[in-house]
Amino acid sequence: MRVIGKSVGRKDAEEKVTGAAKYTDDYIFNNMLHARVVCSPYAHALINSIDWSKAEKVPGVRSIVTGVGLPLTGEEIRDRSPIAFKKVRYHGEVVALVVADHPAQAAEAASLIEISYTPLPVVNSPRQAFQPDSPLVHEHMEAYEINVNVYPEPHTNVAHRTKIRKGNIEKGRMESDVFVEGSFSFAPSDHAAMETRSCFAEIRPNGDVIITSSSQAPFMIKKLISSYFGVEIGKIIVNTPLVGGAYGGKASVQWEFLAYIAAKSVEGRPVKILYSREEDILTAPVHIGLDATVKLGCTRDGILKSAEILYLFDGGAYADKSPDLSRAAAVDCTGPYHIENIWCDSLCMYTNHPYASPFRGFGHSEVHFAFERTMDMLAKKLKIDPLELRYINAIQPGDTTPTQVLLNKSNVGNVRACIDKLKELMDWNGETKIESGKHTVRTKGVACIWKTSTIDPNASSGVILTFNPDGSVNLMSGVVEIGTGTKTVLAQILAERLRLDYDKIHVKMKVNTQTTPEHWKTVASRGTFMAGRAVLAAADDAILQIKSIASCILRVRVEDLEIDSGKVFVREEPGINLKFEDVVYGYTYPNGNSIGGQIIGRGNYILRHMTYLDADTGAGKPGPEWTVGAQGVEVEYNTINHTYKVVKAYSVIDIGQVLNEKTARGQVMGAMSMGLSFGGRETFYFDQHGRVLNHRLRTYRPLRFGEQPEYAVEFIHTPHMEAAYGARGVGEHGLIGMPAVLGNSLSLAAGVELNHLPLIPEQIWRAKRRPQE
Amino acid sequence: MHDFPLSKRRIILNINSEDVDIYIRAADLLLDTIRESLGLTGSKPGCLNGDCGACTIILDEKPMKSCLMLTLEAEGKKIMTIEGLKNTPIQKAFIEHFAFQCGYCTPGFIMNCHSLIKNQPNADPHTIKEWLQSNICRCTGYQEIETAVLSVLRKDYNK
Ligand code: FES
Ligand code: FES
Repeated sequence: MRVIGKSVGRKDAEEKVTGAAKYTDDYIFNNMLHARVVCSPYAHALINSIDWSKAEKVPGVRSIVTGVGLPLTGEEIRDRSPIAFKKVRYHGEVVALVVADHPAQAAEAASLIEISYTPLPVVNSPRQAFQPDSPLVHEHMEAYEINVNVYPEPHTNVAHRTKIRKGNIEKGRMESDVFVEGSFSFAPSDHAAMETRSCFAEIRPNGDVIITSSSQAPFMIKKLISSYFGVEIGKIIVNTPLVGGAYGGKASVQWEFLAYIAAKSVEGRPVKILYSREEDILTAPVHIGLDATVKLGCTRDGILKSAEILYLFDGGAYADKSPDLSRAAAVDCTGPYHIENIWCDSLCMYTNHPYASPFRGFGHSEVHFAFERTMDMLAKKLKIDPLELRYINAIQPGDTTPTQVLLNKSNVGNVRACIDKLKELMDWNGETKIESGKHTVRTKGVACIWKTSTIDPNASSGVILTFNPDGSVNLMSGVVEIGTGTKTVLAQILAERLRLDYDKIHVKMKVNTQTTPEHWKTVASRGTFMAGRAVLAAADDAILQIKSIASCILRVRVEDLEIDSGKVFVREEPGINLKFEDVVYGYTYPNGNSIGGQIIGRGNYILRHMTYLDADTGAGKPGPEWTVGAQGVEVEYNTINHTYKVVKAYSVIDIGQVLNEKTARGQVMGAMSMGLSFGGRETFYFDQHGRVLNHRLRTYRPLRFGEQPEYAVEFIHTPHMEAAYGARGVGEHGLIGMPAVLGNSLSLAAGVELNHLPLIPEQIWRAKRRPQE
Repeated sequence: MHDFPLSKRRIILNINSEDVDIYIRAADLLLDTIRESLGLTGSKPGCLNGDCGACTIILDEKPMKSCLMLTLEAEGKKIMTIEGLKNTPIQKAFIEHFAFQCGYCTPGFIMNCHSLIKNQPNADPHTIKEWLQSNICRCTGYQEIETAVLSVLRKDYNK
């Protein structure tokens, strides 16, 4: 192959190292107004009154907007007013919006708005939300408009319940000799992308709504603004420049509604909103929290027979995407193992916490923490090597998943090959605890992972190719460049298919929903798969057009033509050929007659045979394939003060085909770093009133330079036959097992089961003081 | 009571080796002046609180977080932003070693790394860590950035 698998340079490289790359807030126009939000200081309260008399006197203030008369929003359940109306349900919720000439004036006015509240009792965890006597976050759930496949339970805090009923759980219990049960939890946390969310919007005199946003879902913005605000969909144009980190956090639509509402309040003038870091953490959607109970049963030889699981997700104050998150968690509710009998209830709970958006891994790192910790507890009880336990139960072609999808050689990767490779890489000889110093021990922990996507069954992706007079090609795809290098990889796929130099592919980085074909959302590690297939289709379409023109000029049959290196030629006699530049912009005969015209290739892709999950059993096909992997970590733990250092972190992922080696490694390492950070230190600290106490990067502290372990990343190659060149999605998978491997290695090191994240020394110290159950 | 409407004063800033004559508010942050008045949007806002380093510039040869300074304080000093760097070894190393993904932290990291290389050409791992801890990158695993820096600092480094 020409460029597939090579670490060709990224198409966005020069822009990004020179500061020329533009992100949403970098577009600065001097006619732009600035919006600022006023946020709720309470997690649950009634709004009695809002007094803006002082605020409106601040010079430069153009408008002040409250929640009166706004439509309800929410992708799965329409339960949220974009600006709170009568009631606030989380700390940081937007209560008013100020638009002014200068950001400082808007901020000044925002600080002068006086709001009186009556605090209400708060729901401070999903367990509490699940209690029959818990206060209700939404009293009138039945009045909301609900998406298909979402099952809220009115008069409770259950926003959605997914049931997995596979096999016969009674039978599974009877066949089991050994049982373990564990309870796990962690609070919501943050994506902490370095670029805070921002957006600007204007309404043109002809009614066109033009929005530019830092988003993973420009096409969803267009759809939602149209449906909520009654704007004709063709009149909405959404631009997305480069995005400064997203990780799922920019797949939800929120700040765009505010920019649109703000623009509307000033007769359509352009208004920009830029969340401060504090707002980005508090107001914008967050990484979901979880409370879980996992009970596993197996035979004396360690063959898993039953899994009984309760997942209570902390969906926060509004549903938005979290019913879908809890559903995706149910889809892969166990690790990648063959288990005949599974009973799982995965619930999305309303609480008075900031509400959730997707987070890299979409529910998977969360449930894998609970499940893979339980696997280690089971191995301990059985006194067998935890990696061996995983090996003997590893899921394989011929087995079925929790939602009863039959696996084959293409739609699932090779778990056992990943385990074998990991063993070798880690020098694994069972669990060991080595004294490495006077007060330090070294241990290793492992876990297996898998993930498919659970996105809308009709999600699609389109690609348009246009040719330039010199024979080079412009590639337009609706995939947003959020940092993953997907557009570079798409260019590689195109170069390979067109047998053209990679340098001759020009990629349009920005997305414009009017001129770029739709890509549903840039999420779920599906960019390369779906857009990759669309690229192939578009390339084939263009090739056929080139060949048909050439066949006429060269007087040969289309089937006898071949393309390579920017030429179209007769297969048998390559000497008879035409250069791309002579055909892709029309061909001109010596006398001036011309035929053809600019070649425009088009292609699209829609996922095949996806189904909704059955409401009673969960049976259904949510995604096209499972990427699998095995991960590990080695830690050095101080037995006196419970601090530790992650020495080395390992990932073996079945990626199918590597498209760009360095990009793939970078994705995996970056995801591992994020997973270690989530497992090891990141969380929101809530006070008893449900307020987030650490909403700055000083107190919410992701991993910094020098705190990273040494990374070891290896790939296994089981092709996914439906994907371009067999590649599997890999953007999220490095993250999924990291909290679990950290928990497993530290539980061994500390000699106590560590079932709550984040694993900061204080958490370990507390666990050691707690009497063991 | 409040300093509105936005009274301004004139100052001269030396930025990327050029003197520019601009009007600013006394309260303007250097970061905002660089971005909004001068249109040099390579320096990024990430926290406006000194925590993330996305706004890092070089001020009289030393890295500085431009969100932690008033524009007024920069008068008479030499300011360099990412736009002032062209084809430097560290920029090339960032490309070669894939030391960026989304690229948002990149200008700040590059300014910090460039300054480190100039000020501490023999920096040991401890010094490198001390300098670069002030910036956050949420996308990479930092290993790529470390490789890029080392590849410039140690000529014989080829990892
Ligand atoms: S914006 Fe200056 S340090 Fe974050
Ligand atoms: S490259 Fe995205 S934050 Fe560093």
